[in-house]
Amino acid sequence: MQIVFDHVNYIYSGGTSHERHALKDINLSIDKGEFIGLIGHTGSGKSTLVQHMNGLVKATSGHIYFNGEDIYGRDYSLKKLRSKVGLVFQYPEHQLFETTVFKDVIFGPNNLGLDKLEAELRAYNALKVVGIGEDLLDASPFELSGGQKRRVAIAGVLAMHPEVLILDEPTAGLDPKGRDDILEQIDKLHKESGITIILVTHSMEDIANYADKLLVMNHGELVMNQPTKEVFSRYKELEQMDLAAPQVTYLMNILKEKGIDVETDVTTVAEARDEIIKGLKR
Amino acid sequence: MNGSTHSQNLEANNIYNERHGFTMIRDITIGQYYPTESILHRLDPRVKLVGTLLFIVSLFLFRSFFGYIAVTIFLFTVIKLSKVPFRFIIRGLKAILILLLFTVFFNLFLTPGDPIFELGFIKISEEGLRSAGFMAIRLTYLIIGSSLMTFTTTPNQLTDGLEKLLRPLGRIKVPVHEIAMMMSIALRFIPILLEETDKIMKAQMARGADFESGGLIKKAKSLIPLLVPLFVSAFRRANDLAMAMEARCYRGGDGRTKMKPLKYKGVDFLGYGTLVLYLVAVIASRMVENIIM
Repeated sequence: MQIVFDHVNYIYSGGTSHERHALKDINLSIDKGEFIGLIGHTGSGKSTLVQHMNGLVKATSGHIYFNGEDIYGRDYSLKKLRSKVGLVFQYPEHQLFETTVFKDVIFGPNNLGLDKLEAELRAYNALKVVGIGEDLLDASPFELSGGQKRRVAIAGVLAMHPEVLILDEPTAGLDPKGRDDILEQIDKLHKESGITIILVTHSMEDIANYADKLLVMNHGELVMNQPTKEVFSRYKELEQMDLAAPQVTYLMNILKEKGIDVETDVTTVAEARDEIIKGLKR
Repeated sequence: MNGSTHSQNLEANNIYNERHGFTMIRDITIGQYYPTESILHRLDPRVKLVGTLLFIVSLFLFRSFFGYIAVTIFLFTVIKLSKVPFRFIIRGLKAILILLLFTVFFNLFLTPGDPIFELGFIKISEEGLRSAGFMAIRLTYLIIGSSLMTFTTTPNQLTDGLEKLLRPLGRIKVPVHEIAMMMSIALRFIPILLEETDKIMKAQMARGADFESGGLIKKAKSLIPLLVPLFVSAFRRANDLAMAMEARCYRGGDGRTKMKPLKYKGVDFLGYGTLVLYLVAVIASRMVENIIM
């Protein structure tokens, strides 16, 4: 188990009128190499939860363990933790600040105190992973398109070689092509390097396509922690939390009602196609 | 979780946050609005603006104990009426702690007069002690008084009040509406930019940025990854806002009406009456001082 949450609570602005219980008794464990989806309505505590994972926010009570070590321990280095647990924020392109793309990506590796060659190598490779061509290395990050900017920002976190990569709505505000590109690259990275991925998103389709396991947050509580298919089979409960299952899951349920013999635990379009063909032959 | 461990945890959390130098931005309460229902919240913003101004002037009118009592009674009554928790008000003072210490320090050691304490070149005179004490109290009250106004008045009300109070200046071609609009936009942007700062700081810390350690130059340099994105986003937001205003046909103050025009009610006249009484009390206490001394 790579990340463990043990009875974690978080209370915003405790003791004032703005007090808010943002996380309520969260218990969970995440294994190395998992691809996890995190869903929940706006303000359900998703972002707060992921910010606990690299120690940016400290739990009001409870413990968090990374690779078996208590991250709130006296001698535990949060800086080291942040290099192991990479967090890409919402709209990460808003954090770009350097004069060139390359300089911006190398900011993270330099902060780790790596020697120049190693840092440059990591930055170069990270940019390659996210599909930014060499012709753009010396461009100003402010000249790039929205999708390119976002990929540069993700590369900035990847260049630190994290063991866990958390992405908070990495596709928000991108066009369909940009969205697919980024998700494909993340999936490829997960398959090739075995890095643990935690994807926070509002798109049920995205998550159905990539995540093995889903965490569902509702009003600060972790209400589901199951394989993707099992979560989406509980779509009636999801709807009560202002969430939903992927469109194809609904389609399969309607087909079944109309008397076509199909399985309803289908979450992706490809699966649906196979299942419908099978069902029509039966 | 019982009450005491809960508050201990909160305390530990605050220490942790301070050690890592973030989220403290949230604790700056000066200029914030504290939403609650009180007689002070209902008061016309013009009464509060005039009242704050009078209060600040009155702080520099008294010179001794009597005036001090009058001002203290007035301030604490107003705090009580505002229903803003005392702890919340005190927290706002943290931000001016350094300024306060400086003022006390200079007044204490640099005021000439009869020394009551001497150690080498350090001299503390009676006058120094007095003026240091008064200065500290005045500054504290000044901050509390003016933050009480913002605690109980929304930025919109505040600028509405200011616009109305300054309207006579429009006759001599002072762009009152534009000034009020700029003020309300500036006020509106404070929490947004604070939040943005918090977010960018976290994002850069996730990339291993360190805003804490190192000397002055290193610290200043470490702010670049924070300031550049912050400026970029401020310009982006300003641009968006200008566009949104134009899209809704904003064209300045001429002929513009208000959805909620300011109108004095009974409670407001009561407010003005109290202010007059207060002023009389302070002036009287000053006269008493003059007679006694």
